[in-house]
Amino acid sequence: MRTCNPCIAVAVVILSPTLMLAGTISGKVTYTGTPVKQKPISMAKEPSCEKQHPTPITTETVVTGANNTLENVVVYISAGGDEANAPSQAVTFTQKGCQYLPHVIALHTGQELHVVNGDQTSHNIHPMAKANPEWNKSQPPGAPPIVQKFDNAEFISVKCQIHPWMHGWFAVLKTNHYSITGDGGAFSLPNLPPGKYTVAAWHEDYGTQTQDITITGNETKSIDFSFKAKAY
Amino acid sequence: MKNTTHTFRIGISCLAWGALCILPLSAQDAPDVGPHPAVPRPKMESHIGNVTGHSDSSRAHYDYRRYCAGCHGDLGDGNGENAQWIDPKPRDFSAAVFKCRSTPTGTLPTDDDLFNTIGRGVTNSNMPVWNTFDPQQKADLIAYIKTFSPRWEKEKAGQPITIPPEPPVTIESISHGKALFTKLECWKCHGPQGKGDGPSAATLTDSKDQPIRPYNFAEGGNDSRFKCGSTNQDIYRIFMTGVDGTPMPSFADTIQPNDAWDLVHFLRTLQVHRHSKENDVLKAAGGKIPPYVEKEAPAAQPPSGPAGGGK
Repeated sequence: MRTCNPCIAVAVVILSPTLMLAGTISGKVTYTGTPVKQKPISMAKEPSCEKQHPTPITTETVVTGANNTLENVVVYISAGGDEANAPSQAVTFTQKGCQYLPHVIALHTGQELHVVNGDQTSHNIHPMAKANPEWNKSQPPGAPPIVQKFDNAEFISVKCQIHPWMHGWFAVLKTNHYSITGDGGAFSLPNLPPGKYTVAAWHEDYGTQTQDITITGNETKSIDFSFKAKAY
Repeated sequence: MKNTTHTFRIGISCLAWGALCILPLSAQDAPDVGPHPAVPRPKMESHIGNVTGHSDSSRAHYDYRRYCAGCHGDLGDGNGENAQWIDPKPRDFSAAVFKCRSTPTGTLPTDDDLFNTIGRGVTNSNMPVWNTFDPQQKADLIAYIKTFSPRWEKEKAGQPITIPPEPPVTIESISHGKALFTKLECWKCHGPQGKGDGPSAATLTDSKDQPIRPYNFAEGGNDSRFKCGSTNQDIYRIFMTGVDGTPMPSFADTIQPNDAWDLVHFLRTLQVHRHSKENDVLKAAGGKIPPYVEKEAPAAQPPSGPAGGGK
């Protein structure tokens, strides 16, 4: 019986993808302690952006929600998953109001990234890549999207140096199974065939945590991550 | 019995003087004088004209340690013993990110690019002009610094950008260049007069989070140079390829080739103390740059074209 389960799983995966067993891993990311207070951003040097924010936006290093939930955490399958090909659909990263929307994006190695400038001002897009080539491109208002790919997995800090408050992240992953926590800190990784997985949760300031979990069939398994907040 | 004792004594002294017994055997190529042990490195080559450089030549090893390691470090990571006194910091060869390239942003430079950098030195930095090296020495050193990053084994150098012939300098080309300088917001860092005092200048940091200043065009005299050269072609190349590892981005995707030459002509006029044909043209036009008047279909008919000379 013990040896049969994987056989069935493999057979099902190969023979009938439509009937494929698929589990879901879902949960919530929270923090303990007191996170550092985010600072308001002055865009006085860029009036065209400043006027888009009647209430000044704050830095986004740690974004929290109600009940100690933590946003902008990339939860992904770091081991055990299929290293499927990059989706043909591009991921879009927008600069609007001198802010990166969203603050964190995730994409597959080799997947197209479209960087869009929705502002009336020039930006320079400078991903501080280490495992990938480090490029730095100017994008004036009205310029077409910058199209790029990253071949190696890494978390890349992205900056605009003309507007030094602009800071974001590219999470380049070797999997399509990822979820970025938003309001409420919730994540969900659906369509996981039976198998043993390592789930990683990455936060730009608090680092990475992992948990191992096994999916046996059509089921939803719940796991939560809790990060210890840094005082500064 | 006597023999055994003798062998035993050598054994004991080797234990006691372990380092001395092992070092001469393992470091036969050249003495490793740095604080870090010699690590096996790939054998790399460089090709400049008909000169081939070899990273494993004893000369490259000696020259690097004698002339380069003091700043760039034994491991090529830019952490040499002098690095703490130097600003901007010495290049970190282990990252293989280079400022002066003829190749697009994010790509490796050509061997010729590195050869030129060694021969030229880097203005406003501690990197001197290495006139004392002959071409073979430079080629060997280029091959040697390639051993510090695996990128050189995995990637090829980028394809150098194409630089079209320079059109004549006219007051119109200068005027259009100034409009581009404003539109592309070069002034945000370099300042309206190119003095390196734009609104974003004070906050700039390089890719190692070290403060860095934008280039001040107005500073220096008749011999003022840019970081990556002094000719009009060099200026063209600098902003089209970007200065990788610094906040200076590439404008290759946003500036048309002829527009780029107009920008070059304007940038020359920011070098107020330098004699140039651009400053001559500006002086002849009364010393004032007229406002640029947008023409129809600027891409099809570049403003700097021969028909554009309205005077």
